[in-house]
This record gives sequence, C-alpha cells and structure tokens, in this order.
Amino acid sequence: MAIVYQKPKALTDKPFHYCPGCTHGIIHRLVAECIDELGIQDRTIGVAPVGCAVFAYDYFNVDMLEAAHGRAPACATGVKRVNPNNIVFTYQGDGDLASIGCAEIVHAANRGENITVIFVNNAIYGMTGGQMAPTTLVGQVTTTSPYGRDPMSAGYPIRISEMLSQLEGPALVERVSVHDVKNVVNAKRAIKKAFQNQIDGKGFSLVEVLSTCPTNWGKTPQEALKWLQENMIPQYPLGVFKDKEAK
Amino acid sequence: MAKVTFNEALCKGCALCVDACPKGIIALSKTHINQKGYYPAQVEEMDKCIGCASCARMCPDCVITVER
Repeated sequence: MAIVYQKPKALTDKPFHYCPGCTHGIIHRLVAECIDELGIQDRTIGVAPVGCAVFAYDYFNVDMLEAAHGRAPACATGVKRVNPNNIVFTYQGDGDLASIGCAEIVHAANRGENITVIFVNNAIYGMTGGQMAPTTLVGQVTTTSPYGRDPMSAGYPIRISEMLSQLEGPALVERVSVHDVKNVVNAKRAIKKAFQNQIDGKGFSLVEVLSTCPTNWGKTPQEALKWLQENMIPQYPLGVFKDKEAK
Repeated sequence: MAKVTFNEALCKGCALCVDACPKGIIALSKTHINQKGYYPAQVEEMDKCIGCASCARMCPDCVITVER
C-alpha cells in the first residue's frame, strides 16, 4: 500500500497548540501542502502574525519571522524586495489583519507587492479571550459585546476581500471556507494559486479563509462548523473577488 | 484495501473526522484517554475504509495518515 495522505513536510513535528477543532490546523496544513507540492520549501519565508497563530513560526518548517501586531504585510514587503527570489507569505488572523493591520494590508495590496497573504477570518479575537473584532457579525455575542454587536456603536463587519478587490494592485483576492471536505479542497486550490501567482511574478494575492473558534464562540467543533456555514457565509460570501488573470 | 493510521498522541478528540467519514466508521474512544487527556478518534471497522482521506483533510492536527 502506498501512502496517499500524511503530514506535509513543510510542517515541523511540533504539535499545534490550538484548541480542539480549531480550523487553524487545517489551514496550516493546506499552506504546508501547497509549499510541498510547489517545491518551494527551501526558498519560502513566512511572516507570523500576532494572535492565535503567533506560534506559526514553530510549526512551518521554513524560515519564519514574527511581525509586530498587524505589520506582517510591511515586513513581508521588505523581505520580498530584498530577496525577490524568495517566496514570501504572511499568515494573519482577522484581529491582526482587519483591525490593527488594516492600513498595512490596504497599502501592500494597493502597491501590488508580490507576496501571498493567508487571511484567517473567524469573526472574533481568539487569543485574547473572545473579544469583538471588526469582522464580528451584527448581533454576535462576544466578551466585549455581551448583548450582541450593535452596529450603532460598533459599526458593521468589515468585508476585507470585497474592500481590497476595489484596488488596482491585487492579482488575486478570493474568499474560501474550510467547513467541510469539499471546501477544504477548494481552499487548497485557492492557496496554491496564490503561491503560484507569486512564483509567476503576478503580484499581490490574498486568500481569506473563513475559520471557526469553537472555544470563544462557545460551541462544540461540530456546532462551530455549522454556525460558520449558516451565519458567516451569508455575511462573507465565498468566491473570487478579483483575478487579474480572468480578465 | 485501504488503511488509516491515527497518531493518537496528537488527537484532541474534536471529532471533525467522525463527521467527515462517508462510511461512518470513525468514532471517539469510549474506553481510554490519550496523554493529552482527550478521548482519541479511532476506526472500528478498518475493512470498510475506502481510503478517501476525507478524515485526514478535515483533521486540524495532522493526526491521520492514509494508505491505499
């Protein structure tokens, strides 16, 4: 018998610290599988965020650096410009990318920096204990919105992919999900394309991956996947928002 | 003929693989816990496994190796 599926080589042996059922692990694996399949492990440099994925530098078996909160696209810009032959990616959560790092991501996208951004959106601040994020849904209960997010005081959830797709710079902006096997396969296709775009020098590629946070949503892993499907996808529709190739 | 192997020490008992299995042959152990303190996932009837790797694709902790 031949092995048809195993842990990718671009991940280290260190066990993930994520909560049971957290889809960060799936997304880490998809990124690592793409690195393996494209044969770029020896020249990939990752930039870890602040947030639950802060220890991503321990998990990816590539050169990694840790950026200040939200500044991963700025760090990645520097790394890529100094080492244009390296493949540079950032892995950021919604508290990192959509909140404190909103300026960095908008301008990196607008400049069309030739980097790959994996944006994990789970509509909450996970690491710090489940506070309201810019991406938190209207009415969603978090520790800082105990009566549900009220748009009159807290505004509306930011749709980062739609926002960035209005810019000239990005080559690819796509939103995918990982709530079932079919969507996991599709997410991998999108992530692989985002890396391929960089290899081909096509410019800025961002893949937004809808993710769960069972612990801070107060649900079981199964309920969390169902909640993602029923509540997040209507607010954050899946699809390709910008693809320069398709024009 | 297909076989799945679970690296039990890494399993956190989230059971995402249980729902992903089209044959419904994965279940959490009811009798023992692993080093982390979770009930690990395991396959009860390996001969029914078709090697589709759906479980491995949904596993957040890279627990599962699939052979076919």
